[in-house]
Amino acid sequence: MGAGERPMVQAEQVHKWYGRFEVLKGIDLEVAPAEVMCIVGPSGSGKSTFLRCINHLERIHAGRLSVDGHLVGYREKGDKLYEMRDREIARQRLDIGMVFQRFNLFPHMTALQNVMEAPLRAKGEPKHDVRLHALALLERVGLADRADSYPSQLSGGQQQRVAIARALCMRPKLMLFDEPTSALDPELVGEVLDVMRGLAESGMTMIVVTHEMGFAREVGDSLVFMDEGRVVEAGDPREVLTNPQHERTRAFLSKVL
Amino acid sequence: MSTSAEVRPQVGAPPPEPIKAIPVRHPGRWVAMGVIAVLVAMLVNSVVTNPNWAWDFQLENAFAPPVVRGVLTTLWLTVASMLIGVTLGVILAIMRLSPNPVLSGSAWCYVWVFRGTPVLVQLVIWGNLNSLYREISLGVPFGTALTTFQTRDLIPPIAAALLGLGLNEAAYMSEIIRAGILSVDEGQSEAASALGMSRMQTLRRIVLPQAMRVVVPPTGNETISMLKTTSLVAYVPYVELFFQTSAIGSRTFRPFPMLVTASLWYLAMTSVLMVGQYYIERYYARGSVRELPATPLQKVRMRLSRRGI
Ligand SMILES: Nc1ncnc2c1ncn2[C@@H]1O[C@H](COP(=O)(O)OP(=O)(O)OP(=O)(O)O)[C@@H](O)[C@H]1O
Ligand SMILES: [Mg+2]
Repeated sequence: MGAGERPMVQAEQVHKWYGRFEVLKGIDLEVAPAEVMCIVGPSGSGKSTFLRCINHLERIHAGRLSVDGHLVGYREKGDKLYEMRDREIARQRLDIGMVFQRFNLFPHMTALQNVMEAPLRAKGEPKHDVRLHALALLERVGLADRADSYPSQLSGGQQQRVAIARALCMRPKLMLFDEPTSALDPELVGEVLDVMRGLAESGMTMIVVTHEMGFAREVGDSLVFMDEGRVVEAGDPREVLTNPQHERTRAFLSKVL
Repeated sequence: MSTSAEVRPQVGAPPPEPIKAIPVRHPGRWVAMGVIAVLVAMLVNSVVTNPNWAWDFQLENAFAPPVVRGVLTTLWLTVASMLIGVTLGVILAIMRLSPNPVLSGSAWCYVWVFRGTPVLVQLVIWGNLNSLYREISLGVPFGTALTTFQTRDLIPPIAAALLGLGLNEAAYMSEIIRAGILSVDEGQSEAASALGMSRMQTLRRIVLPQAMRVVVPPTGNETISMLKTTSLVAYVPYVELFFQTSAIGSRTFRPFPMLVTASLWYLAMTSVLMVGQYYIERYYARGSVRELPATPLQKVRMRLSRRGI
């Protein structure tokens, strides 16, 4: 990171509990603007939970988590923290796009309507502009001809590409991907990864939870290995993948590679 | 590959003989058909020949102005009560699902009271509220009254009928709508929140439209049930179809044929409602099925066009 450039995401000692169960046990990490960070780790290690904390779908219980210099979910005045109102939280989320493992497209709307919904309702942008922007994005993910299809009429890979276009239509500064290809048939994984690669090349800041080690190696600027709520190892993807320092990383990689 | 070896060569081999088998016989069906045909014939015969049905008398009165007025009253009472029920039901369902315990508790109590007492009793109470409270005042709670109304003027029979039916219906509708909201996958509201939509926008634009698929069929059921329940407002008393036909029945000392007339009217109206329900369900199924099935009308048209008519 260049000197004086502030990180897009900064986590310091982030803790979270579900009841008595500590899911996140002090996560420290930084994501620079335009960086692509991949997070890998065994099931249940807290990857999704951490991702969901970044846009405040889950709240953290200790530590500090900020996006683009602003605390997530809290306002800081003096040395006191104030919880944000729902409306302020919603405003914070406008800058953060999220793509889910199960797509979560709105089934009662066409692909185009899915993409247009949030800019129209949450941002109140004029319809004409939103429409042009949405069509351009569908074109970019290769689905210009499916704009009027309902999600049930699209393949999994096409649905996930619409979901990416939907998140992009909000012009986010940061994109979160939670295992975007895990629910896809193997032959559909490539088309989604291609879209994500293009996005990374365009300079988008991305955090990607994934099991696609090839993608992490080629596209990722950094790789984080999480286990049991902790960051075990982090660094350059090629280095971590070829020469892991920790026993647990080695054990995990030997299973997935 | 091993599978390709099992695939038969496509060229050259003659297609296999079509199967010629003797279809399974269903003697039971023929017996059942015979029995039912005899029963129907007996029923039709008795309905036509027994003079006590008094068909000409019924026909004379079925379209008498008071009966037609009663039909119209029944229809708009149904529509208005359902509108009250659905509107209030949505509000109650949202309150019930709210994280605020005061809101969800009061919604629960409302449903408990209004669903737990007979609608007939509620109607009679609304109709006779003036014997409970002679006057109703608006003003400072427990303090001075600013204006005072006579209950009789404030709640005329029409208001009593609407309050009784609508408030009772709201209790049932709120449960139906709550079930509908709960049936929508949580990922949907999560995706909407992640896009920065507010809780209200998420509910109105994303969750409720999807809940409709679950909500519409039982609501159709409720509407049909409401159409018949309106006959109870005769006890408020308020004049609708059943009130009118009973009046003619007792005036002419022929109550039975008029009961049949009323039933036929109710049956006709519920049939119309069922058609409406079919199309509404179809509308809310869009997006969730790959291709909508053709409506009966479309099927007829398709058949005609196939024959070149
Ligand atoms: N709402 C919840 N209540 C209680 N425990 C939860 C809840 N959500 C997740 N957990 C637990 O927290 C742990 C971390 O879950 P998380 O979904 O973050 O894991 P993950 O690393 O994303 O795993 P996967 O690769 O399977 O998606 C798991 O043990 C899970 O059982
Ligand atoms: Mg996960």
